[in-house]
Amino acid sequence: MATPVMEKSDKAPEPGFADSPYITVTFRVRRFNPEVSAEATWEDFQLEIDPKERVLDALHKIKWDLDGSLTFRRSCAHGICGSDAMRINGKNRLACKTLIKDISPEKPITVEPIKGLTVLKDLVVDMEPFFQAYRDVMPFLITKDTNEPTRERLQSAEDRERFDDTTKCILCAACTSSCPVFWNDGQYFGPAAIVNAHRFIFDSRDEAGEQRLEILNDRDGVWRCRTTFNCTDACPRGIEVTKAIAEVKRALITRRF
Amino acid sequence: MSTTETTASGIGPVEGAGASVYTVDNPAPLIEPPRKRTKKSPKSTRGNFEMAAWLFMRLSGVVLVVLVIGHLLIQLVLDGGVSKIGFAFVAGRWASPFWQVWDLLMLWLAMLHGANGLRTVINDYAERPNTRLWLKGLLYTATVFTILLGTLVIFTFDPNIR
Repeated sequence: MATPVMEKSDKAPEPGFADSPYITVTFRVRRFNPEVSAEATWEDFQLEIDPKERVLDALHKIKWDLDGSLTFRRSCAHGICGSDAMRINGKNRLACKTLIKDISPEKPITVEPIKGLTVLKDLVVDMEPFFQAYRDVMPFLITKDTNEPTRERLQSAEDRERFDDTTKCILCAACTSSCPVFWNDGQYFGPAAIVNAHRFIFDSRDEAGEQRLEILNDRDGVWRCRTTFNCTDACPRGIEVTKAIAEVKRALITRRF
Repeated sequence: MSTTETTASGIGPVEGAGASVYTVDNPAPLIEPPRKRTKKSPKSTRGNFEMAAWLFMRLSGVVLVVLVIGHLLIQLVLDGGVSKIGFAFVAGRWASPFWQVWDLLMLWLAMLHGANGLRTVINDYAERPNTRLWLKGLLYTATVFTILLGTLVIFTFDPNIR
């Protein structure tokens, strides 16, 4: 009777995978409401949830079923818009790319706003200083030729490859808000701005590389980087952020000597 | 087809559908780079000081590895180790210009390297401008004092002093 069926195990069904996919998970969320209190507090939420779901799904469950006042940002919910970067179990991640089963759900899962930026409410921070630094590096193509181009600006595959890594940035601020230098006074341009400057500095079509290097040669520019690699660890897109910063440093030095 | 009609609303025809909205007499609006910072943010400090400081740390570090390891070997390990060090030993070494230059170089590089390292630590960790000012003032005073005193001793050392 050797029928090719999967043998039923005598063991008790593994939690979360057999009878019911749901397990009980505690979410410890950092709550802050300036209209109620000046202090931020931790609040625990217990959920029955499939561990194969994401942290964002859990936040949705809390907001829709348990406490409608929980505030967080999310837009596409698929790791592209970069709205829902938050500090989950002490590490900056996108809530929409973090599966609950990957972050030890048997212990309470902490969810905090990203650090170094002013918290407006619960998990929502003021992103203005972050985007100001981004604007400061002029993240758009600049050419000396002021005439309107008559044809496409062509580029070889090798030239495109040179800055491929830094084109992946989604501006979620996970890197900048994981940087200890940025935490201190927020004047440092931050990894994200430098990554986006790198994307144009090493673009063969762009002609304002010199200007951008000059901006990043500032007191709060690339030289404040202490190569702690927090940004590379935090990047949800796998960009080698610290390497990009080092390449900008090298470009600054070799251009002068 | 006149172009003046379409520019009034600012919405041009779909690309390729007709002539460009903008002409020589009616150029596209110039987009200024949006570089605006708040009043609170400090003035931009262009210049190459930070780069020079960064580069100095790397270069002096390499030289100091040779100088300091050589110094420690001679002073503490080779030829009897630490027990041989005395006034006569120092006087004998400083009789040679080679060791004078070695010690002078080590003094200057080590002091500036350490001071620059502490400067970055203060910049990173001191939050209030006043704390920064005082800590850096103290640091620079101590650095200048030590460098000057050390240089003075190396150049004016008298082996016959009693």
